[in-house]
Amino acid sequence: MQTTGTEFEQVAMFAQTWGLVYLTVMFAGVLIYALRPGARKKFQDAAQIPFKED
Amino acid sequence: MFDHSKIEKNSILMLIGILIVVSIGGLVEIAPLFYLESTIEKVKGVRPYTPLELAGRNIYIREGCYNCHSQMVRPFRDEVERYGHYSLAAESMYDHPFQWGSKRTGPDLARVGAKYSDEWHKTHLIDPRALVPESVMPGYPFLAETTLRYKDIEDHLIANKMVGVPYDDDMIAAARADLEAQVDPDSDGVEGLQARYPGAQARNFDAQPGLPTEMDALIAYLQVLGTMVDFKAYKAEDNYR
Amino acid sequence: MTFLVFLPLGLISLLGLSLAAGADDAVMYGHGLLMAAFGFLGVFWVISRDGDIGGPAKAVPGGVNYNDAVIRAGLIASTFWGVVGFSVGLVIALQLAFPVLNLDLPWTSFGRLRPLHTSAVIFAFGGNVLMMTSFHVVQRTCQARLAGGWAPWFVFWGYQLFLLMAASGYVLGVTQSKEYAEPEWYADLWLTVVWVVYLLVFLGTLWRRKEPHIYVANWFYLAFIVTIAMLHIINNLAMPVTLTSTKSYVLFAGVQDALTQWWYGHNAVGFFLTAGFLGIMYYYVPKQAERPIYSYRLSIVHFWSLIFIYIWAGPHHLHYTALPDWAQTLGMTFSIMLWMPSWGGMINGLMTLSGAWDKLRTDPILRLLAISIAFYGMSTFEGPLMSIKAVNGLSHYTDWTIGHVHSGALGWVGMVSFGAIYFLAPRMFASEKLYSLRLVSAHFWLATVGIVLYASAMWVSGIMQGLMWRAYDSLGFLEYSFAETVEAMHPFYVIRALGGLLYVIGGFVMAWNVYQTAKGRIRDERPYESTPAAPQTAPAE
Repeated sequence: MQTTGTEFEQVAMFAQTWGLVYLTVMFAGVLIYALRPGARKKFQDAAQIPFKED
Repeated sequence: MFDHSKIEKNSILMLIGILIVVSIGGLVEIAPLFYLESTIEKVKGVRPYTPLELAGRNIYIREGCYNCHSQMVRPFRDEVERYGHYSLAAESMYDHPFQWGSKRTGPDLARVGAKYSDEWHKTHLIDPRALVPESVMPGYPFLAETTLRYKDIEDHLIANKMVGVPYDDDMIAAARADLEAQVDPDSDGVEGLQARYPGAQARNFDAQPGLPTEMDALIAYLQVLGTMVDFKAYKAEDNYR
Repeated sequence: MTFLVFLPLGLISLLGLSLAAGADDAVMYGHGLLMAAFGFLGVFWVISRDGDIGGPAKAVPGGVNYNDAVIRAGLIASTFWGVVGFSVGLVIALQLAFPVLNLDLPWTSFGRLRPLHTSAVIFAFGGNVLMMTSFHVVQRTCQARLAGGWAPWFVFWGYQLFLLMAASGYVLGVTQSKEYAEPEWYADLWLTVVWVVYLLVFLGTLWRRKEPHIYVANWFYLAFIVTIAMLHIINNLAMPVTLTSTKSYVLFAGVQDALTQWWYGHNAVGFFLTAGFLGIMYYYVPKQAERPIYSYRLSIVHFWSLIFIYIWAGPHHLHYTALPDWAQTLGMTFSIMLWMPSWGGMINGLMTLSGAWDKLRTDPILRLLAISIAFYGMSTFEGPLMSIKAVNGLSHYTDWTIGHVHSGALGWVGMVSFGAIYFLAPRMFASEKLYSLRLVSAHFWLATVGIVLYASAMWVSGIMQGLMWRAYDSLGFLEYSFAETVEAMHPFYVIRALGGLLYVIGGFVMAWNVYQTAKGRIRDERPYESTPAAPQTAPAE
């Protein structure tokens, strides 16, 4: 149990740098994709899919 | 240019995307536990279960005791005072599967070993409310009446060995004899049992003559819980979180 | 084509017979025979259907040849298992209040019945609802027939066999003791086969779609199927004692096994009980409200952030245990972050009703769906709160956890499933409409009051017990013995059982309603257009 302090700090350091960058990039990517203006029409159509059946 | 619509259009790409995304968390969290040496402390005394204790553990699992009893004392003042030294990872290193539990409808059992007499356990298991009137535990009178089934106990040790428990060939060969010796304290086999499993207690746990019962096995298991590590060298107070 | 079906069925029978013949224990003997019976009866069943794999409930000229028969079967199975699972829950709730009900018999004790309850509600009820709705949604949003000929039927019946083996095994003492993964190695292997076929049927149907875009509900279903496969296989890796013994020893031990288990356990919540049921929300809420989802863009952000973050949250089940601190902190961090995508989904679901709020007054099915989303929001707020280590120190091991699980399970999973069942019943049985909307409303109230009683009782008893455990008297001694805390629980266990009773009654009301709808009957009742509150003279709003 004595060494968990060091390990904890190492993991915390990694998470606060690379982990943060990774998450931010992922999240930004999803946001850009979802919110880009060009897709408005496409998504409006997609949202209508449930009503096309029967 | 990365095009998300390909993912939507192509279900296989999407499937792979999902798999990658959901694998990362598990890999980062679980994989290090297998190679970081500090995950499991180096302590002396933790040994594989004796064949009788293992059989008792299987009854503990069969009856679903883990649904109401944890085996994991947290490093809090009240828990250490109520149950004993907080649990170490090393203490469950041979537990396939672990029995830490998630609910305490009844008290924690990580250190129940040697706290009560065999007779107390037997009476309590048959009729919990005879000893603890407030208890909501089911009674298990059938354990004392059911002969333990152990003709394939060697196979159980072998299966444990295959998943990493250090049972050696000697232990496997002597499994049945060790099981019988542990409920027969006057027999010649006790010496061999205790040589193979240091500190193993040999007693007629259910105080009944004849073949070992499920009650024998379960009490043998309960009585070994939390007793393997010598905690005199530890100071729990230094580790409250 | 039919002959091709006989081959695997025959092999399953042979496998079952050989397992029974060499069985090391009575349960393996019984389960081997069960497997053999599955193959034999399957052959007769396939012959008796005379090539009829299943058609649409209502044939439309020029319409898609949907397989609605397998959805109909799922509807019956979901309703049946729901009533069974809720009832066993009531029994074990009563056992905690009145322990004499354990009967001192092996087969009726709490320790064996509790896994029966959890598996019956999660895997039998929830699993059948997920399979049924995924088969419905994927066909309708792709405008394509279910792929694979008899394969969807194999998925349906194979899953029921798995449930039967699991349930009978628990009662007879066969369990792995890993929570929500109790079935033993051979049942796990069987489920793996069924699950792979399920994935192939689902993918195969997606491949047949006429629409270029895959509707978002299917993303959630796909994530549910794939991730559950991964979790199930890794968490259940085990070494059987012999190939004809029910008993096995899991591959991992101690701390590694604990984290693998709760990685599985929490993501069973995340992907079985959340992602899968979000698939239900994203289809049935727009359908019932007759409005498209509030924001399709939000649904994309919701999907990726939810599945990414959920998978990390497992270690919060192991706070302050012998699990290394870094893993606990990681689990806590992601659990708190999980609040955001969860509420994103809740907002997306609830806002779909914006501009149609008045429908809640006249449409009890929509009301069920709406309150399920509200409960989803409540429990996904409570969850991150409980994952904070300081809070968890108090709540862990107590009834607070049980209350939290049930506000999610009864409130979110249960209610959204009821909504889907009521939506599907008239359509799949080709009835004009549901037997009774008034009974749906009665079900709504029974379930809602039941949940409120349940959750509040557990909240009080959990926090009380947590505080009693750590209470010290003025002399510095622990104030309460463990037995005293158990005694203090009793009134709350009675209230909880009462809440459960109401929920069970609601389940029976639903079963009656579905049965009558299947019979094509319509109850003579006051229609919802003229609500009793509305004065006769005033014009409608």
